[in-house]
Amino acid sequence: MKQIELIPHLFRTEYSKITAVLCKLLGFEHIEIAEDIASETFLSALETWTYKGIPENPTAWLYLVAKNKTKNYISRKNIFNGKITSQIKYSSAEKEEIEIDLSDKNIIDSQLQMLFAICHPSISTQAQIGLSLRILCGFGIDEIANAFLTNKETINKRLFRAKETLRFDKVQIEFPGHVEMNNRLETVLTTLYLLFNEGYYSESNDSVMREDLCLEAMRLTYLLIENEQTNQTKVNALFSLMCFHSSRFKARKNDHGDIILYNDQDETLWNYDLISKGVYFLHQASRGTTISKYHLEANIAYWHTIKADTREKWENILQLHNKLLQIDYSPVAALNRTYALAKANGKHEGIREAEKLRMTGNPFYFTLLGVLYTDIDNLKAKENFQMALPLAKTEADRQIIQKYIDSL
Amino acid sequence: MLIFRHQDGHKVASPEQIQIWMKQTMDWIGGIAAQNKFVGGNGLPFEDSRVVRPNNIVTNGPFGEIKETLGGYIIVKADSVDEAVEFAKGSPVLQGEGNSVEVRKIAKGDGLH
Repeated sequence: MKQIELIPHLFRTEYSKITAVLCKLLGFEHIEIAEDIASETFLSALETWTYKGIPENPTAWLYLVAKNKTKNYISRKNIFNGKITSQIKYSSAEKEEIEIDLSDKNIIDSQLQMLFAICHPSISTQAQIGLSLRILCGFGIDEIANAFLTNKETINKRLFRAKETLRFDKVQIEFPGHVEMNNRLETVLTTLYLLFNEGYYSESNDSVMREDLCLEAMRLTYLLIENEQTNQTKVNALFSLMCFHSSRFKARKNDHGDIILYNDQDETLWNYDLISKGVYFLHQASRGTTISKYHLEANIAYWHTIKADTREKWENILQLHNKLLQIDYSPVAALNRTYALAKANGKHEGIREAEKLRMTGNPFYFTLLGVLYTDIDNLKAKENFQMALPLAKTEADRQIIQKYIDSL
Repeated sequence: MLIFRHQDGHKVASPEQIQIWMKQTMDWIGGIAAQNKFVGGNGLPFEDSRVVRPNNIVTNGPFGEIKETLGGYIIVKADSVDEAVEFAKGSPVLQGEGNSVEVRKIAKGDGLH
């Protein structure tokens, strides 16, 4: 059953390409038609290939079928007699034949422009991520539901509403103008960053799916790097951060899917190829004069690729967190900063600073206090771990806290 | 707003000493930022500073006749003056003899003091 394995793979890579190109051709208001044509193309493939075998060049086959289906659709609907003729952009107005350009260049351009259209400020970040997964990464609705730990219906509703909003706002599939570009790029990067995190920190048990999410986020970020207009230092910084994080993919979970804490990871399982890529893009990112949060986070991630527990390492991580918190506060960064402070300046100072944070609803806050009190006042350490336990939101977190308690 | 007042801007510290102060200042600000109470701030370097007086008299630097100089400021989100004072107490500036940190409210604060 070779074709059965081949089709999901092709689906993911080609569905998004066909949808993006057709959607750009027909306009965003006809996105469902673009999606339908792409889906029908794969149905045809499934039907035909099962009996006749896989063609020599499956991708070319798919593109040809998609083109024909699009042409049929357009003539069937008599679109030339008015309705959307004006929105179809083709090279020569007099040409009878519609140009459906599935060249590499047009695919990449269409996907990038689609990325900017989807990351429109009028829809929520959650919806942006969902739409990106569906339209740009070719994930199925059930896969997206699985990643968000919700059901298909919720995702369908969310995507439907988001598409309605984008249609209502007449969002164009094109690169924003130069001034608008910078603002929108910020949103695009946030979406890609969250898309990556969704995969990296997902509770979903499907590890293949999680890795795919991360790889897709990296692929889209890399598209931005390859495009001159969007190849900015913060994009390189984000890509570098993703490289560093994903280098630990194999080491951070054991065979049962339990999380392995950083200190217990087998660093021979780290991917050194990805680490050196991360270093390369971090260099690329440091050409400019501005420092984004991605620069700081990538730098922090870089220091974590060095396992040795040196004073220098923690001092650097501490100062990077000090800067990060000034430009972009988050509870996680505050807790990580306090851990680095304890490592660099000593546990007593760490405890003093940690207690100022007073994040009494946060399980990681009490876990941090527990870790800091360990070997200084084990009774207090235990108290804090026990405070953390009922607050923990996932089984994995509860297991980790329980391990800490048991080792006291 | 926390304003750093230095008693004597003439004193030149060793690079090592400056590095220690820098770290302490960064850790102090990082601690305030970790509580999500940091808004912004600036150091006010002494080089290229001028004093302008009536009748177009311009002199180099704020030093000389003035005993006290401003070294910088930070703006924090504090729920009360007392909280701001607590932040100020941690400032490494206070290690210098005669230095002080002035705590001032910013007028028309949209929640900022």
